[in-house]
Amino acid sequence: MDFSLTPEQREIRELALKFAKNEMIPHAQEYDEAGKFPMEIFKKAWELGLINTCIPAEYGGSGFSSVDSIAISESLAYGCMGMNTSFMANDLALLPIVIGGSDAQKKKFLTPFTEEFRIASFCLTEPGNGSDAGGIKTQIKDGGDHWIINGEKMWITNAGHAHLFVVYGTIDPALKHKGISAIVVDPKSPGIELGKKEDKMGHRSSDTRGVRFNNVKVPKENMLGNPGDGWAIAMSTLDHSRPLVASSALGGAQRALDLSIQYAKERVQFGVPIAKHQAIQFMIAEMGMKVEAARLLTYKAGWLCDQGIRNTEIASYAKAFASDSCMQITTDAVQIYGGYGYSKEYPVEKLMRDAKLIQIYEGTSQIQRLVMARELIK
Amino acid sequence: MNIFVCVKQVPDTETKITPTGDGSFIETASIKWIMNPYDEFAVEQALLIKQSNPAANVTVLRVGSVKDTEALRTAMAMGADDAALVEAADNLDSYSIAKALKGAIDKTGKKPDLILAGKQAIDDDALQVPQILAQMLNLPSVSVIVGFEQAGNNVKVKREVEGGALEVYELSTPCVLACNKGLNTPRYASLPGIMKAKKKPMAQYSLADVGVSDADRRVKYSGFRLPPEKPPGKKFDATDAAKQKDVVSQVVGLLRTEAKVI
Repeated sequence: MDFSLTPEQREIRELALKFAKNEMIPHAQEYDEAGKFPMEIFKKAWELGLINTCIPAEYGGSGFSSVDSIAISESLAYGCMGMNTSFMANDLALLPIVIGGSDAQKKKFLTPFTEEFRIASFCLTEPGNGSDAGGIKTQIKDGGDHWIINGEKMWITNAGHAHLFVVYGTIDPALKHKGISAIVVDPKSPGIELGKKEDKMGHRSSDTRGVRFNNVKVPKENMLGNPGDGWAIAMSTLDHSRPLVASSALGGAQRALDLSIQYAKERVQFGVPIAKHQAIQFMIAEMGMKVEAARLLTYKAGWLCDQGIRNTEIASYAKAFASDSCMQITTDAVQIYGGYGYSKEYPVEKLMRDAKLIQIYEGTSQIQRLVMARELIK
Repeated sequence: MNIFVCVKQVPDTETKITPTGDGSFIETASIKWIMNPYDEFAVEQALLIKQSNPAANVTVLRVGSVKDTEALRTAMAMGADDAALVEAADNLDSYSIAKALKGAIDKTGKKPDLILAGKQAIDDDALQVPQILAQMLNLPSVSVIVGFEQAGNNVKVKREVEGGALEVYELSTPCVLACNKGLNTPRYASLPGIMKAKKKPMAQYSLADVGVSDADRRVKYSGFRLPPEKPPGKKFDATDAAKQKDVVSQVVGLLRTEAKVI
């Protein structure tokens, strides 16, 4: 058994962490407050090869393993969980093509992302269907030599800047899961209407919108797999992406821990740094323990994925544990900072706001527990 | 065109330094090593020259332990073509390092057109190696450069002096230049760069291979100690106008006798 990263993975991680510290942390607060999309930072990260880590080498990508991607994502989230949501959304949108696309579709849709800086969106959630993704209402109808899409999507990350959408819809709602299909859509197609940018509690730099499809015509060859393959593609995508989302929570939690230790050593009360008080020590010990446990689960979920072993159960453990821990750890970081922690002048209140979303998106902490129970009791 | 860049591997700036038990050096086991930040400007300058002169070959050189080759790998990931490492203890003196670098350049069989280095290493802050190396090679040298321009076979460099004024030098190549912050913005090593670096050649020599022996040592470290901890500052209460005169003379007295600054 070997828990260590390879020398190459350590270098990749170092680069991503250096990028996070130099390019993301100094701007995180400004982008958060203004709700500004981190276009230049996103592009710079793409230039260094930190984005679209899921694209295989034969299509011009880096051919990174799941563990490689986790090492990168953890480090970028250390810089800013909100910006990392935008970055990660590209992988989330491209993964269905990697998993369910034909060779021609991969060449057509993935390779351009390796040649120039492009943004993608994964369009699954609807105003009335979040956790119950099987109840999708967006319709994909056969229009003869093309498909016609009608419906509405909600909480779509990157929607306002995307060059590509992967849209989930149903060819027949009566078929339930078996009718769900995944299709690549050009966001510039006539009939697509973008909603306003959501004013969110956290992850404020990421662009989140509703998207409406009114009789949108899509070429026949844009369907991933066969009509009805969508559910299997979506579930397989989640097995890949949940460890990645867990790594984002892990990066945020690590930052909250590092900041807490630093502040506890500086802040003096009752004549000693508060780090000398057992009450603070216990909080920091708890944080460290949770960060390490989240790290082990997250990397294991990625490692299983790389071995080709079904990781649904462990990926849910990782996603729920890392995001719940991140929430607890960032909340405790605010507590350790005291009054200063509640002020926007210090970095921890943002971490607490950002942590909350990771318990919600990509399957809530509650949905993860349903998945776990199903896997355990089946 | 052959460009050599001399880099040093130094402890990460965030490292907590601890002397070894016997005080002969610092504990190196748990140190995270990075490329000396001033050397990054030297690597970047070499790569900028290579960009406008694709035939140029950039070789990075380092003298030090082989436990970790972080600095050389980073330089190659940034874009340097090849590397040479002279295996040595991490506490050599400047003279031995300069002599080893000269030996390594000779070993490569390439005639240098330009040798770049950082102006100083942030660990021992000696500011000596580039100048000693230039002397050994009998080449012109300018240190603390913040501007670089190529002018045919000559180079024009700017050097910062006291008060923010700039000195401008024109040197014939080959020459040795020691780079300062402000010269350029070092690039990141990209992920494809990191992958490519693994396949780039790295020569490895012993000190004997490059003609350096113990007899070359000019400086021996006699001991390493942490600086004494700063005592807490003293506070004086001068809110009472009647006592202000006394407080002032007390402060002046202490500045004279204790702090010895006036």
